[in-house]
Amino acid sequence: MSDNRKLIKIATAGSVDDGKSTLIGRLLYDTQSLTTDKLEAIEQSSRKRGYDYLDFSLATDGLVAEREQGITIDVAHIYFSTRKTNFVIADTPGHVEYTRNMVTGASTSQVAIILIDARKGVIEQTYRHFFIANLLRLSHVVVAINKMDLVNYDEEVYLNIKAEFEELVEKSHFNTEQITFIPLSALKGENIASKSDLMPWYLGNSLLDHLEVLEPEDLFESSVARFPVQYVIRPKTEAFHDFRGFSGKLYGGKLKVGDEVTVLPSMTSTRIKTIQFLDELYDEASPDSSITITLENEVDLSRGDMLVKSNELPKSEKQIAATLCQVNNKPLKVGDKYTLQHGVNRVLAKVDRIESIIHTDFSGEVPADQLRLNDIGKVHFRLSKPIHYDPYQKNKSNGSFILIDEGSYDTVSVGFINA
Amino acid sequence: MSRVLIANPKEAESIHIIREVAAQFERPVLLFSGGKDSITLVRLAQKAFFPAKIPFPLLHIDTGHNFPETIAFRDQLVEELGLELIVRNVQDSIDQGKVSEERGRYSSRNTLQTTTLLDAIEEFKFDACIGGARRDEEKARAKERVFSVRDDFGQWDEKNQRPELFDMLNGRIHQGQNVRVFPISNWTELDVWEYIKNENIKIPSIYFAHKREVFFRDGMIWTANEHVYREAHEAVEEKMVRFRTVGDMTCTAAVLSDAVSLEEVVDEIRLSTISERGARIDDKRSEAAMEKRKKVGYF
Repeated sequence: MSDNRKLIKIATAGSVDDGKSTLIGRLLYDTQSLTTDKLEAIEQSSRKRGYDYLDFSLATDGLVAEREQGITIDVAHIYFSTRKTNFVIADTPGHVEYTRNMVTGASTSQVAIILIDARKGVIEQTYRHFFIANLLRLSHVVVAINKMDLVNYDEEVYLNIKAEFEELVEKSHFNTEQITFIPLSALKGENIASKSDLMPWYLGNSLLDHLEVLEPEDLFESSVARFPVQYVIRPKTEAFHDFRGFSGKLYGGKLKVGDEVTVLPSMTSTRIKTIQFLDELYDEASPDSSITITLENEVDLSRGDMLVKSNELPKSEKQIAATLCQVNNKPLKVGDKYTLQHGVNRVLAKVDRIESIIHTDFSGEVPADQLRLNDIGKVHFRLSKPIHYDPYQKNKSNGSFILIDEGSYDTVSVGFINA
Repeated sequence: MSRVLIANPKEAESIHIIREVAAQFERPVLLFSGGKDSITLVRLAQKAFFPAKIPFPLLHIDTGHNFPETIAFRDQLVEELGLELIVRNVQDSIDQGKVSEERGRYSSRNTLQTTTLLDAIEEFKFDACIGGARRDEEKARAKERVFSVRDDFGQWDEKNQRPELFDMLNGRIHQGQNVRVFPISNWTELDVWEYIKNENIKIPSIYFAHKREVFFRDGMIWTANEHVYREAHEAVEEKMVRFRTVGDMTCTAAVLSDAVSLEEVVDEIRLSTISERGARIDDKRSEAAMEKRKKVGYF
């Protein structure tokens, strides 16, 4: 079963024409992830458009509508690997719908690559991309200063952009070790897979070398174990007549056989009897494993309930405050009712109060009475039943939720629960 | 010695998705083609629910042009795991006059199966269809969601997809809608092969090198068979070949190979420079082929 390579998930963000698709295409090319037939297709398309170079952006621009407009319009997932590491890129577009799309892409990523056009420097979009990386508490940010070929690989240009960006970092949750600046040219392949000879003044790693040394462990994820029950397994067969297993994915920390655990919401305590995965029994399970647990005592436990260590109880509240990002055209207003999905648990939620809309350029917040698509704001909710949560900053999976519209059933917002 | 379970992140994610299907839907079904991706899905579903049985049936849309090895494999798998199998035939859709057979050099029943699939979904009122598509297969698939909502006509509206945040899956749908679910979205072709090797999963024999009567066309290798259109000048020869995908004989090309074991197959794939869908003629029809077919309800 084991694929021992680590898995690093990356969200990419840039403005229109920053060369993001070209950068991704180049990464695929340099890691031999573009197959002969895909390369042929790129050569053919490039020729058809009259380019005298290979347009790697064509490797990722998927949909017909996009190719016509020459821009990407949604989140696309791209895969490549090196000998040591598997990578998944969630590629998100840089134009108007950027907030929704980048929040979506960043929600499954540990690393953000923010592209800056060396000729343009830090622009309004850069603030916004960094704001989202900060809001979602990604572990690492790579600031890729692209198109260095168009500024004669000038160190001065790089240093100015770096200094300007560092002012932003001071306004964020990040410490300087989490931010890496790399000057590069995606088009020419400089500082992508190997160090560039044209920028000897740059002492850091190439982009690919840097991505390879990152660790997937989430700096913001606490070591507290959270086990939301997804599905109760009752085989009712001869061999497993009395078997009652609780299956789900383990988040945040380890669980061991014998651990004293508390069942939420009933607050019953018991111990873990077995941890199993297929027909194998284990003494201990690591975070992010999908497992089945049995308990010493018969307890009332069904989908949406949560199992935690008895000395590590989460908060249980019917009133919560969250930072919300609106991801649907329908605005969110005071008094609106939604289904709130927290992990696999669903409760009804009513918007009690909208405190503010937060400017995504780090310039503060303003009072508001509704949240429109791509707005980020602070919102207070009243719930039909308590949820068992941690603040997002302590535990991402147990501190986030989505809102589902009762009419359209669309996912309309994503929330990050505040402390 | 303490036994510690370390998660394979992609496997754990897929199992999480499959359990969400069982929990959120009333009538899920697993679309089974007999290919390696759907065989991997069966293995993952087994892991998701053990020691209970997989709580949904398999559905095979049989074009009638399958490799016989695939059908024999399917029946054996179903028997061994005690699964429920539903088969619906493209031939029936043709006989009922709902679709008509393609003619000529590139004729295939591959596009016809959409109609048979949609009819089966309606017949059994399936609300979730689990499929083995992967985002790395083709550009249009890269934007596919894990839970992909389809309307009554099975259509995919790529501009109106629900965002999927973290690993929270929203399977709420209206009457008449259904969801296509792709648990191995984030796997690559090599991930699947390595998993099959590491788990020692049985797969149909045509994935391994064997002698076969074939002919060459457009730089690709085709099975010489009554179902595959062949022109008189296209000469048949016997070659050592294997298949990288198990679609219809009419649209699945072979590759020259000596790989007779899983180890050798995985090594070959690792070194290979032709992506998997490159060996499927149906995608070569045009650059936007896959996207067009998805809009009308293809897997």
